[in-house]
Amino acid sequence: MSRRGLGGVAAVLALLLVFPFFAGTYQTQLLMYGLTLAIAALGFNLLLGYTGLLSFGHSAFLGTGAYTVALMMRYLGVSSLELFILGGVVCSAALAALLGVVCVRHTRIFFAILTLALSQVLWTLAYKFFWITGGTDGLRVPFSQLTLLGGLVSFPGADAFAKFITYYYYYVLVVFCACTALMWLIVHSPFGKTLQAIRDNETRARFLGVRIWRYRWLAFVVSGIFTGLAGILWVPLNGLVTPDVLYWPQSGKIVFFAVLGGFRNFAGPIVGAVIFNYLEVYAVAVTQYWQITLGLVLIALVTFLPAGIVGSAVRLGGRLKKKGSEQFP
Amino acid sequence: MEIVALQVLNSLFYAAVLFLIAAGLSLIFGVMGIVNMAHGMFYALGAYVTAWSVGVAGSALPPAALFIFLLLGAMAVALVGLVIEPTLIRPFYRRPEEYQLLVTFGLLLVLEDVIRLIWGGTPITASGLVDSLGLVRIGGLPYPIYNMLMIGVGVIAAAAIWAFVYRTKFGVLLRATAQDRRMAAALGIDIGRIYILAFGLGCFMAGLAGAIVVPTQAAVLGMGVEVLVISFVVVVIGGLGSLEGALVGALIVSALRTITIQFWEEIELAALYLIAAIVLLIRPTGLFGRKA
Repeated sequence: MSRRGLGGVAAVLALLLVFPFFAGTYQTQLLMYGLTLAIAALGFNLLLGYTGLLSFGHSAFLGTGAYTVALMMRYLGVSSLELFILGGVVCSAALAALLGVVCVRHTRIFFAILTLALSQVLWTLAYKFFWITGGTDGLRVPFSQLTLLGGLVSFPGADAFAKFITYYYYYVLVVFCACTALMWLIVHSPFGKTLQAIRDNETRARFLGVRIWRYRWLAFVVSGIFTGLAGILWVPLNGLVTPDVLYWPQSGKIVFFAVLGGFRNFAGPIVGAVIFNYLEVYAVAVTQYWQITLGLVLIALVTFLPAGIVGSAVRLGGRLKKKGSEQFP
Repeated sequence: MEIVALQVLNSLFYAAVLFLIAAGLSLIFGVMGIVNMAHGMFYALGAYVTAWSVGVAGSALPPAALFIFLLLGAMAVALVGLVIEPTLIRPFYRRPEEYQLLVTFGLLLVLEDVIRLIWGGTPITASGLVDSLGLVRIGGLPYPIYNMLMIGVGVIAAAAIWAFVYRTKFGVLLRATAQDRRMAAALGIDIGRIYILAFGLGCFMAGLAGAIVVPTQAAVLGMGVEVLVISFVVVVIGGLGSLEGALVGALIVSALRTITIQFWEEIELAALYLIAAIVLLIRPTGLFGRKA
């Protein structure tokens, strides 16, 4: 990473660290939603941006993470977030490993349809087996029953909500930073480079002796784990999980994050997820017809700004730089 | 025994509806190579336009005349399709698939809210059409004549589409374009016209499906989103881009659905999706799909 890039990352990090001090509880909460969704987008983009596979079924992993937490809380009486993360990651990894075997045999449109169809199996199970999952009422995950750091921090008392938001914000921030760093390492590792080689030219990669399916499968599993982790962190924040989180338009939203930010750029999906979250929240607040807003934004985006926000900004920056250097050769 | 006969009829009625939707989806994919995520919304639009127009004109016209609104609903949807293809879809033929999927996903979001904007959130019904035809007794059990009539409409529609694609000059041009777009263009076929008509026809079929369904249930928000995934299952089983596949897939899916509803209601949809996954594993191009 360039020195300027590092400076930018440090500035953003500093801003994120002090954010709760000057923003209110509500704004902190909003940003937190964005950060958890950004983890999902990071995982998703390992497939779309780096492996060239468009999944329309990532709601399955988000929902598996969220439902694992809710079911563990309800039926096992667990309250520790670390145990939730452990359980949720194991479950989403297992699911991704299973679905991956089926899905990575296909590419392009068939991959998209297959991931979509399989994710909807989970949706119908959550929806129909209501005596376990609560059906459309969903399952509650109240923050008051949550403990952080192995039981060191809990949230009893009157001002518990503000305390929860502050503590949970830093928890989410740490996990988010760890995930971002890990994903950065993954995509710049030989493994990540191999994925990009497969994306750019599958035939050539195969001739070089790369076992395509195995790499795609691994990428699928890693992607599923990241998105599952996002679901785990999201659910205490939301306080409730319903089958909607597994329904396929949710997968569409995850795709939206990546395209909004720009999926050919590492930071694109992160920015996309955070901005999408604000866009959705404010569109819902302003009008009941928020879907039309999102739909029009999406259509405008893919028509006029296919590189996304970050991609276009980088391109614009590059052009300005070039112009400058032309003036002074 | 009678219950079996009724379930077979139910299954055939559902198959007729599914075939119309899936065949439109498959036609659009076969000709243009686009998987239209908004296709379910055209089905919903057909249902809403029909239910609304039947509701408006219901008291003024005799019940038998109301059947014309089934056709009008479908044609209204076709008109919408004829507007959308050149303005929204056409710029995306040369773009990668993810953009094609996304633009139609954006269209889905917009159309769903347009429906909410026009007709609001409360379901609208057109059950008068079913009532006007009355019931027939099969064994000792009553069954609506409307459903039987619509199974007939489904059969006629399937035959008409088959004849259109395989027995007319336009069908030849359509298949030529689907096989090799550049060669067809080089031979002087007006590709733009083929595309717009194929898209309009696909939308007409989806709209007709919605129009047929709405008197038996109601037009509700979310019906388009729900049906899309099931029609994906149909085309995945039958083979994306194949009309025969859409027919066989629709029959399989509706039979399977009727059976699971009868015996184990909870796994109805899960069973469908699993079957689709299994078919894709064994025969990636579906039962009737062409080799990519």
